[in-house]
Amino acid sequence: MPKKKMYDQGKVFAGLAIFVGLLIFPFLLNLGKAAPAPELKLSDKAKAAKECVESKAYMTAEHMQLLNEWRETVVRNAQRVYVNSSGKKFEMSLSNTCLDCHSEKAEFCDKCHNYAAVTPYCWDCHVDPKETM
Amino acid sequence: MLEKALKGSKKYYGWIAALLAVIGVGFACYLWQFQFGLGITGMSRDVSWGFYIAQFTFLVGVAASAVMVVLPYYLHNYKAFGRITILGEFLAVASVTMCILFIFVDLGQPTRVFNVLLHPTPNSVLFWDMIVLNGYLFLNIIIGWNVLEAERNNVAPPSWLKPLIYLSIPWAVSIHTVTAFLYCGLPGRGFWLTAILAPRFLSSAFAAGPAFLILLCMLVRKLTKFDPGREQIQSLAKVVAYAICINVFFFLCEVFVVFYSRIPEHMDHLVYLFAGLHGHNALVPWMWASMILMVVSIILLVNPATRKNETTLVAACITVFIGTWIDKGLGMISGGFVPNPLHHVTEYVPTIPELAISIGVWAIGFLVLTALFKIAVSIKEEVSGVS
Amino acid sequence: MEESSRRTFLKLAGFSALGLGAKPVLDAFASSGGEQSKPMVMKGADALKAKRWALVIDTRKFESEKDLEPMIEVCHKIHNVPKLANKRHEIKWIWTEEFKHIFSTQTHAFLNDRVKHLPFLTLCNHCEKPACVRACPTKATFKREDGIVLMDFHRCIGCRFCMAACPYGSRSFNFRDPRPFIKETNLKFPTRMKGVVEKCNFCAERLAVGKVPACVEVSKGALAFGDLEDSKSKVRELLSSNFTIRRKPALGAGPSVFYIV
Repeated sequence: MPKKKMYDQGKVFAGLAIFVGLLIFPFLLNLGKAAPAPELKLSDKAKAAKECVESKAYMTAEHMQLLNEWRETVVRNAQRVYVNSSGKKFEMSLSNTCLDCHSEKAEFCDKCHNYAAVTPYCWDCHVDPKETM
Repeated sequence: MLEKALKGSKKYYGWIAALLAVIGVGFACYLWQFQFGLGITGMSRDVSWGFYIAQFTFLVGVAASAVMVVLPYYLHNYKAFGRITILGEFLAVASVTMCILFIFVDLGQPTRVFNVLLHPTPNSVLFWDMIVLNGYLFLNIIIGWNVLEAERNNVAPPSWLKPLIYLSIPWAVSIHTVTAFLYCGLPGRGFWLTAILAPRFLSSAFAAGPAFLILLCMLVRKLTKFDPGREQIQSLAKVVAYAICINVFFFLCEVFVVFYSRIPEHMDHLVYLFAGLHGHNALVPWMWASMILMVVSIILLVNPATRKNETTLVAACITVFIGTWIDKGLGMISGGFVPNPLHHVTEYVPTIPELAISIGVWAIGFLVLTALFKIAVSIKEEVSGVS
Repeated sequence: MEESSRRTFLKLAGFSALGLGAKPVLDAFASSGGEQSKPMVMKGADALKAKRWALVIDTRKFESEKDLEPMIEVCHKIHNVPKLANKRHEIKWIWTEEFKHIFSTQTHAFLNDRVKHLPFLTLCNHCEKPACVRACPTKATFKREDGIVLMDFHRCIGCRFCMAACPYGSRSFNFRDPRPFIKETNLKFPTRMKGVVEKCNFCAERLAVGKVPACVEVSKGALAFGDLEDSKSKVRELLSSNFTIRRKPALGAGPSVFYIV
């Protein structure tokens, strides 16, 4: 193909500029305004217990995987008891075990989930006693 | 080649804009359904599948019917169909697209649709339906596109395409067979529990699809400089004639078995559809209309004079299309659910938003069809030097 | 992330499979409270176990709807089953039907008056060969080792193939968010979300903690629950000493719910 002159140069560059502008708009808008990481409030019961079903570091990083496995084993394999690394037993239940200790769902779960902009659909079915009462 | 779909007359763009408007309305209704749940439809605990699944079933047939132009051309070397195979294949692409969308809008939890891949379940017919539908979509896109491109460049299609073309022939049969298996393997639904369901589906498909293709060919001839050809249209008309006769014959076989055996679980559904049951008879006029339309179309198609006259042929094709659509797109699914397994009668009537979503999906199909036909026809014009 | 979660799940699954063989050893481990390198999962110590759970309903002990209400009520209450006014969207796990409906293939015009007007408890049959499980494209509905046909609400995509497949009309679909229609929520049990199918679960959550199904508990002896494979079980005793029927026997689905009429 022979080289051709570029047509509509103005329109092309204007279009490109608008595209790039739109693309970086959200970044510009939030520039320097990073929200501080939320501080989680533990309920008294959770504080007293000192330890969750696994170590704090593991729970922070992997609680979603753990809950995923819990739900598979409870629903599909009819095994409802979890024995953790140090041999302690727990009933695998979001509403009855997790929320029993972490009774402040809004302060504990939601705060961080909102910060990370994730909306797990756990609560579409699983009941938070506080919200229903 | 895509650029061909972007260059068109004012009329062409007007049509596209109209389709987009209809799609917009459908999409808005879908957002409502997504938010509220399937409760905005007319479906119920007793009639748990409705208009969406019925449209899906009908359109699988239209998609499968592409084989009626592909098979004579490639297996019997019937050269005349070479002119229109691409139209058949692109009609299949648009139809399968609609099928997949109709399944999608029918899901209660559409965001989890990939669970079907994440947890593959070969004992479920729906799993196989997903495979055959997607496979058929890709086969037709690949085949249609490459054949058209070869035609444009005035070269023979690539040789690797041949096996795919041969594969697409049994594959077309498979999509409608598997779709029939969705229903006919269910133990408690006497209306569908019949080995002749897949053959019935295929025969009505091979009537409705080619009838629609004839109408499209005539439209193309009218609107563009490309003429699909009289011989082609006449050959398709014979396909429609045979298929609609076989379809009615299969239906009558069903009627005989059901009413001669007099097994209530099988009989009650047909009674509901054609006479009403316990005072419920919403579908009765529709079903009789369907029967009358099919019989009228047989008369028009079997009689050589009316088949060869293109005006009466158009009338025949429209009656075939509407007749089979009522049969499959209205009666086939509701009919299987009424009465329910406990012999209660709950009738089903689609709601306005449900219809709007359905029409929106149809409009998406027509949009795909318009774009693909525009490309195909533009290239045909280009090759024959008439543009 | 998906990859790693699957891997860990496989590990867990493998581990629990191992656990079946080496259960006594592992039980000892767990109770000793000693240091373990890997977490594990197990059944509760009180869990009721069976090869195939079954229910026998002695309909001779019922006279009217009133006698059946407590069973329906307790089930729907503890399982957070919503009460929807719109008949089309109705959700029910256990309910009543007349003989001509529940036994639609076995009825005739000259039934005696008692049977003709008696309400029959209707629920999921937990079939031996469940058509719903065969139809489900995601294994969201599945048959457990103990014969219970369960729903995994997390996995259900709401295609309703199971509802079309079930020859007994036992399944309900959440056509809308059920929560506004639950009068009193049982905080110990989840609700459902819109767009999933639900049905009777033979009280799997109660069996896991050593309790019989709630309907059986409040039935004053009219309902018996037990292991069909155990020749000494209560249900086998009833089956061998009474004439019983099941729904739509010609379909070969093999219901686990039996009726003494």
